[in-house]
Amino acid sequence: MTFSKIQKHIESKTQSKISIEEGKEAVFVSPNNWIEIAQILINDSDLEFNYLMCISSYDKGDNKMYGVAYNFYSTNRQHYLEVRIEIEDGTPIPSIANIWRSADWHEREAYDMIGIVFEGHPNLKRILLSDDWEGYPLRKIFKEPDYYHGIPVPKDKSYWD
Amino acid sequence: MDPTLLGQFNQDNIVVEKLDNLINWSRANSLWYFQFGLACCAIEMMAAAGPRHDLDRFGMIPRATPRQSDVMIVAGTVTLKMAERVKRLYEQMSDPKYVISMGSCSNSGGPYWQYGYHVLKGVDLVVPVDVYVPGCPPRPEALIQGLFELQKKIKTETPLRKQAK
Amino acid sequence: MEDQLLDKSVIETGEMILNMGPQHPSTHGVLRLKIHTDGEIVSKIEPIIGYLHRCFEKHCEQLPYEQIVPFTDRCDYLASMHMDHAFSITVEKLLDIELPERVEYIRVIVAELQRIASHLIAVGAFGLDVGAITPFTWTLRDRERILDLFETLCGARLLYNYIWPGGVSHDLPPLFVERTLKFLDYFDPQIDELNDLLTTNKIFIERSADVGVIPADIGINFGVSGPSLRGSGVNFDLRKNEPYSIYGKFDFDVPIGKGEMGTVGDCWDRYYVRVLEMRESAKIIRQACAQLPAGDVHVAMPKKIRPDIGEVYGRYESARGDVGFYIISNGKNIPLRVKMRSPAFCNLSILSEISEGWMISDVIAILGSLDIVLGEIDR
Repeated sequence: MTFSKIQKHIESKTQSKISIEEGKEAVFVSPNNWIEIAQILINDSDLEFNYLMCISSYDKGDNKMYGVAYNFYSTNRQHYLEVRIEIEDGTPIPSIANIWRSADWHEREAYDMIGIVFEGHPNLKRILLSDDWEGYPLRKIFKEPDYYHGIPVPKDKSYWD
Repeated sequence: MDPTLLGQFNQDNIVVEKLDNLINWSRANSLWYFQFGLACCAIEMMAAAGPRHDLDRFGMIPRATPRQSDVMIVAGTVTLKMAERVKRLYEQMSDPKYVISMGSCSNSGGPYWQYGYHVLKGVDLVVPVDVYVPGCPPRPEALIQGLFELQKKIKTETPLRKQAK
Repeated sequence: MEDQLLDKSVIETGEMILNMGPQHPSTHGVLRLKIHTDGEIVSKIEPIIGYLHRCFEKHCEQLPYEQIVPFTDRCDYLASMHMDHAFSITVEKLLDIELPERVEYIRVIVAELQRIASHLIAVGAFGLDVGAITPFTWTLRDRERILDLFETLCGARLLYNYIWPGGVSHDLPPLFVERTLKFLDYFDPQIDELNDLLTTNKIFIERSADVGVIPADIGINFGVSGPSLRGSGVNFDLRKNEPYSIYGKFDFDVPIGKGEMGTVGDCWDRYYVRVLEMRESAKIIRQACAQLPAGDVHVAMPKKIRPDIGEVYGRYESARGDVGFYIISNGKNIPLRVKMRSPAFCNLSILSEISEGWMISDVIAILGSLDIVLGEIDR
């Protein structure tokens, strides 16, 4: 199915609002109705999105809005869908880790790198960095720490010689 | 090895040599290395131990535990999460012990020096290094040359005299 | 009192948490496994990763597109041509450029040679984990010949930086095609030798058949892809189902696991799918070498890569599975965000699910059959 048909099919199955932006092939969803739409994506017999490929979290650069992009694929129907949720800093997003099990580690990584909190996740803690690391590295305002457990970190070696 | 020593084996049954040299020779020719492969350089270390560039003909075999090894080859990027483990493994090795830093990442941070917030800029910040082998990744022949440099360094040591550390 | 001493139910047993630390000869890199065991039987495994996190995505946000290619090499260092290729086709999708035929054929030849080299290490290392040391030396010897071919091509043995967005960095040197065909003539009987030694070996079959079965629907739900999913009987190969580049022109089969030695989806199936894939790659290379057209390889290279504002998700079938790059561009020559979806990240997440009830040495066999590379998991 093409993107516009998929979008109309989803709109016909739910009362929640989903929006699209001009020229982009992505569906924008608000965190409040995300779980309902996720159930439609996996259970509906015309859509059958059983393969969650990737969850990417991004920082829009204006120090206020962050976003998460979900890429779906259906192995039986062979069509794609991209779903995006854009939130302000501090708003939690419901977790889909018990619907698609691959979301478990991807959501932990999104939390680790950008700091987006996923509600209902079974084990939300840092996955790539140590548990006692401070800061969220992929935010544009992230400053590297000077020392970590006594080991110098910075990028020029001039000041500790 | 000292050529006059070999010459003595051909002529007589009694060989005279300094004990220092004998100990150094035996240590240098059977360096058991601790396979501490972290990233891409580990593959080149495995290739150096493979059938084409063979490390076993120099007396070097890989050991999995630090207690049985003489030299630790740090091959690959050391991250801050891993740095404490590197130090602990180095302390578990028994004397005499040496460290070879293989590849740019463990020499000085490598290609990740500029924006890597989680990369240790050189393993010499946590353990003392004897030989640095440059390259990204260094060819197996370069690693073998690095091991030869370490052998040369071992042959100049004086193990019987007390040394100031 | 004597009855109490002999009564085994009085002896308390407890669960033991064993740490297979970051430095271990069998964990394929710096992976830490926290294994909850009852004696020798495993009840839960918690993999802890991040010991090789090298900030790849942060580097991508500060460097122009052409300079990101060497960093993608170092993510999956055993199949670095595949990473270059995946990144290049994603950027080309964003820029919408048309490539000359010769470039596509060269890329396919190089990618399939890289697939053979990566599967040789996977197969050899799996044998090494299970206890067979000789096949590892044989596969390393054959892999050295492929690395010789790559060295005449671009000068490097492991991290090539060869496939750039818009083309390749150097044209094929003279005699490359003849040497490749000579290598393939040498290589085909080597697979039969490997089958004689390892694949039909009784001890190997006992160690790997029926162990670590991945059911097909659970595999898809966890995001498993590549030979690990094809070993469970799912006929899905991106090169056949959604052909990118010029894979539509070649005639090859997709091997899937059939459960010949045990259940469908066990370790033996995943291993055997890799062996058969090497034969299929050899077929593709022969066809590509026969059809190779002449031309200039630098014609389509853009002088400056400055895509329009937009996002793209590019998919690619690498030796380990389904690689994805999600690139967000805001109009400059430096991307806003590059996210790499690595296949081994999802393949590793299924480890806890499929190793319940097996013994610790079986966990090593399962980990070897999943074929992970820590560089691309931690990025």
